[in-house]
Amino acid sequence: MEKRRRILQGALLTGAAAMIAYGLISGEGLIVLHKAVRICMECIGLG
Amino acid sequence: MNNSNAHANTAPVKKIRGLKRKLIQIAAFGFTNAHIPNFLSGKLYTGKWKEFCAPGLNCYSCPAAAFACPIGALQAVTGSRKSPISFYVFGLLLAFGVIFGRAVCGFLCPFGLLQELLAKVPLPKKKLPAFMRYIKYLILIVFVLILPLVLTVGPAGVPAFCKYICPVGTLEGGIPALLTQPSIRSMLGPLFSWKIGILIAVIFLCMFVHRFFCKVLCPLGAVYGLLNKVSIVRLRVDHGKCIHCRACERTCKMDVYPVMHPDSAECIRCGECAQICPKGAITVGAGPVRFEKDPTQAS
Repeated sequence: MEKRRRILQGALLTGAAAMIAYGLISGEGLIVLHKAVRICMECIGLG
Repeated sequence: MNNSNAHANTAPVKKIRGLKRKLIQIAAFGFTNAHIPNFLSGKLYTGKWKEFCAPGLNCYSCPAAAFACPIGALQAVTGSRKSPISFYVFGLLLAFGVIFGRAVCGFLCPFGLLQELLAKVPLPKKKLPAFMRYIKYLILIVFVLILPLVLTVGPAGVPAFCKYICPVGTLEGGIPALLTQPSIRSMLGPLFSWKIGILIAVIFLCMFVHRFFCKVLCPLGAVYGLLNKVSIVRLRVDHGKCIHCRACERTCKMDVYPVMHPDSAECIRCGECAQICPKGAITVGAGPVRFEKDPTQAS
């Protein structure tokens, strides 16, 4: 049980790292940055 | 040594552990909202760190915010039509969730800390019906994953959770913007009234129900809750020591029975059950399960 949990954790963390790398390469980080540095009108209830 | 003496001897240590969590919460609040002077001008921090998402719920339209909000970022990428899901944000959430699980809610979320402070208002506390905890999964699926793809304004999708539900944006972004930027005041409309209504309702309910927003509405808590089953930081129960007194269940503010469900999606790993346990049968931590000898049984 403990070993299975460890294997699953390793697999999920590897998958997470791959997703982050793929997302950054495909420019998702810049979309996030672009959104986060301006006031989000929807977030504050005006959009 | 009898049980009551053993419990009395460990009380100061347990108090220190509770204080330690509060200090971590305050530090995380400060780290996530490091640009406090921006409140005076109402301007946002625009540096490179905003490409990175904070683990907890913290609006990126807050002038002090140092990082992006993961739920806002998820909707922004989905709404951009570049991809139906955001690999980057899902990857970050998966990593945070596998490492910490809902310990993020218990230790790192700024809005979690705020809710805990609201719960200190001396009013009678209520338990919610169990079905209400599933509302947050519905919100995650409908408002965070589906509606930003389906609802559009121009070329972009609508961040439906941020727009119609999130009280954090109203509190951290909306109110400071109104106070510092007079031009924004002329744009107030029914949507703002709706969001202020939700904020007031959430604040009010948090005084009666411990972490009402976490339990019922938070889509981030839903994601981390699902990952509680595999998270590295977790509750460990020594069933050999447990005397089934259910003190842990009575003290749990998230309405979990830790002995039966140590990996419950509702458990925020606050450790209050570990502090109250008279036998030291519960621990919060990372790494493999290794239980020490019961000190009360030592000769």
